[in-house]
Amino acid sequence: MVLDTVALAKAHPDTPQPFAELGLKADEYASIKEILGRRPTSSELAMYSVMWSEHCSYKSSKIHLKQFGEKAVKSDALLVGIGENAGVVDVGQGYAVTFKIESHNHPSFIEPYQGAATGVGGIVRDILTMGARPIAIMDPLRFGPADAEDTRRVLPGIIAGVGGYGNCLGLPNIGGEVVFDQSYLGNPLVNALCVGVMKHSDIKLAKAAGAGNLVVLYGAKTGGDGIGGVSVLASETFDAKGPAKRPAVQVGDPFVEKVLIECSLEIFAEDLVVGIQDLGGAGLSCATSELASGGSGGMKVQLDKVPLRDPSLSPEEILMSESQERMCAIVEPSKIERFLEICKKWDVTSTVIGEVTDGTHLEITFNGELIVDVPPRTVAHDGPVYNRPLAKPDYVDAVAKEVINPPIPVTSAEIKNVVLTLAATPNLADKSWVTDQYDRYVQGNTIQSQPDDSGMVRIDEMTHLGVAVATDANANWSYLNPYEGAKLALAEAARNIATAGAKPLAVTNCLNFGSPEDPGVMWQFAETVRGLADGAFEMGLPITGGNVSFYNQTGTTAILPTPIIGVLGVIEDVRTRTPMSFTDAGLELYLLGATDENLSGSEWAYLHGMRGGVAPTADLAREMRLIDLLVTANQNKLFTAAHDLSQGGLAATLTEMVLRHNVGAQVTLNNPGNSLVSETPGRVVVAIASDQAPSLLALAGAKNIPLAKIGSTGGDALIINDCVISLDELRTAHTETFKKLFG
Amino acid sequence: MKIGVVTFPGTLDDRDAARAVRFAGGEAIALWHDDADLKGVDAVILPGGFSYGDYLRCGAISRFSPVMEPLIAAAKGGMPLLGICNGFQVLAEAHLIPGALTRNQHLHFLCTDQKIRIENNTTAWTNSFTAGQEIVIPLKNGEGSYQCDDETLKMLEGEGRIIARYVGENPNGSRNLIAGVSNERGNIVGLMPHPEHAIDLLTGPTADGLGFFTSVLKAMVK
Repeated sequence: MVLDTVALAKAHPDTPQPFAELGLKADEYASIKEILGRRPTSSELAMYSVMWSEHCSYKSSKIHLKQFGEKAVKSDALLVGIGENAGVVDVGQGYAVTFKIESHNHPSFIEPYQGAATGVGGIVRDILTMGARPIAIMDPLRFGPADAEDTRRVLPGIIAGVGGYGNCLGLPNIGGEVVFDQSYLGNPLVNALCVGVMKHSDIKLAKAAGAGNLVVLYGAKTGGDGIGGVSVLASETFDAKGPAKRPAVQVGDPFVEKVLIECSLEIFAEDLVVGIQDLGGAGLSCATSELASGGSGGMKVQLDKVPLRDPSLSPEEILMSESQERMCAIVEPSKIERFLEICKKWDVTSTVIGEVTDGTHLEITFNGELIVDVPPRTVAHDGPVYNRPLAKPDYVDAVAKEVINPPIPVTSAEIKNVVLTLAATPNLADKSWVTDQYDRYVQGNTIQSQPDDSGMVRIDEMTHLGVAVATDANANWSYLNPYEGAKLALAEAARNIATAGAKPLAVTNCLNFGSPEDPGVMWQFAETVRGLADGAFEMGLPITGGNVSFYNQTGTTAILPTPIIGVLGVIEDVRTRTPMSFTDAGLELYLLGATDENLSGSEWAYLHGMRGGVAPTADLAREMRLIDLLVTANQNKLFTAAHDLSQGGLAATLTEMVLRHNVGAQVTLNNPGNSLVSETPGRVVVAIASDQAPSLLALAGAKNIPLAKIGSTGGDALIINDCVISLDELRTAHTETFKKLFG
Repeated sequence: MKIGVVTFPGTLDDRDAARAVRFAGGEAIALWHDDADLKGVDAVILPGGFSYGDYLRCGAISRFSPVMEPLIAAAKGGMPLLGICNGFQVLAEAHLIPGALTRNQHLHFLCTDQKIRIENNTTAWTNSFTAGQEIVIPLKNGEGSYQCDDETLKMLEGEGRIIARYVGENPNGSRNLIAGVSNERGNIVGLMPHPEHAIDLLTGPTADGLGFFTSVLKAMVK
């Protein structure tokens, strides 16, 4: 095998290179040549190809994502914004919190367990890289129909993978979503969110500053996993006898990551690093080029020093390997001894592989030969930017004309049937089969987890300061109107943390879409970004980062546009949170917010095969007044319980409330059929002691939020007008579904 | 009263166990797996987690850690020692408790609020409870199915060494619904569920778990 060096590239400018196989377009290849003033070496080609991929470069989305910055509100809470590994917000008392969602959709379809496991591993390392201790994870998931054969293949593996990795890291899983829809069959969505906490002074950035500082690679050894498309370099062009096809899906080892976390936190606590970057997508190519671009640009790396699991790896493969559980740190020479000592204590392999220089190029050698000599910004940040064509798809106006009129229950028997049907349908059924496979207790700070509206963790045991996080997406509404869908998901996530009394503070997102080369999908994406940027601006919330996942489709059929929106909030004293349900009889139940008759995108319409209609228009001013009401009521200790209405409407909310502590309720509704199944946004059911009623009426009046008394708590049944459903019957309907489907 | 909490690589519930010790009124002392020094503690907890990634078998590698040598000697001399979950697995691997913990019968990791009955309230770790008292504490593991041969089972039953049993449906296939086992002397206890996650109503399903930690403080005063 011939080592393709910079000297060779200069001497043989016309050697054919497999740029197309690596996913580069001819004009992209031409611009690499222009940047370098010569053809790239095979190692350089590998680096550019992977860093200029959609996944790493955001080349199709960048032009739209700019709005998140342009429309951003000025927020004093934002300590680190978009562009770093994860955004960081100030939550008071000297604490900073970082949170981010990432997708691992395609690997999880191919290999459900490892795909999901390494999805968790990757996002946790992003959070760790900011200098934070990871404190919780969440997992918004989407699958094909619950009874589809392929769902039975991927779902158990994905759940086991999320649990297997997260449990072994000692991170409580504090919530998530499991939603089923035909469009995800063949393309399940595995999004993983991680939250981390640190002191302000501990924030770390990905920058390689200070000539003479050392580049240290630590963690797992580098193997051939996750190389993906780059293997064509090894197998087709250079060495036909090389190792056989390597797995394109990475294989995770959570034990190594747990040790890496503790080791890194000890290193951070002693202030031993100047900059740090984790190795995720694009491995060392990404870490070295991003660290170097974060500084002056100069860095020398001796690639032959990288400890290998597989000694036959070529330099191109070492640069591309996505082996998990690795970190790259920039360390001052005076601190290297202590750095290596801590790694030794934790049995973590650590190797000095290079140093920062005062030059402007990233230079990588292999056994003394120069194989990469590039301006690192051109690799990491100056990739191609596409303004892809977009066009409103024909279906949008067509489905808007559809009449959405599923049967509305009238008689007691019909009402009972609706409540039990919604309680049992896979999208709304009890998810304990899933969440019982996740550790929600570890670390001892979990205040709320599934099935609460949001996850909540305590971050200070003395002051009781805590944070709450919720993720939401309503793909049915995004399908009808991606602009409103994004705003509605944002409002719902914010409302979900406010029901507990937490004040929304920051937004993250994971935008899951079909192919950006389809103008219709690109329109959905552009509308979503516009909606999210407008919505966040209107609600005064900074967007701290995000992730874009394109090409989620089977053949030419794209998934429903699925923007998962995460909102993080702060609560001064977790002991005072408002729980989602009640334990006592004799409380009064009120519905906050008005109910309309639009059933477009609702679960009840979906169950009747009606996918069209017109999405609700988000009224964010009203949502903010409602959030304000919820937070104020919590501070005034007005509510005994509060629970959001979303998918499944009032029927689902009442089901979840009465089953939580096995205390029933009697409610009286004027128009029970529509009231139970409507999913009008901006509504919450609250339980209060009767002597709080005047305060609630006054508060609702002041905030201009409609309020209606709907009933009271107690008994062993959910009674709606004349319809009596015993809690046993309701529980059976709610809890049997997943057991029946997945064993 | 000083209670040591051992951290192995991959231990997860060490901070939780230390917090439970403090809640009960004791002083928690961190012990490191690679350090053959018990730092003068009066009792030791081996907390839950996935020490050494559960490679080979759960607890199989940890039991050879340097800290285990003085720990085994002290426990054989009567020092109270509690192994929770992965710690229980370490005790079984170290032959301080008979039997073995195998994969849950249903093959899933299971995290649930579990009712258990305290069968023996005379051990160093259970004397705060009444005999037959039913409590609820989290159970969370993938390999919690207690197994032993018939002879051992007969002995454990006969000697009252089954200190806690699951109530209701068997959550993992453990023989005779066994949730916890003690040694003959009652100073060493292996427990599958997690009392350290049930020390207050804010973060746990109950505060029932605190009894295990107040028990050992009482035992040491005696």
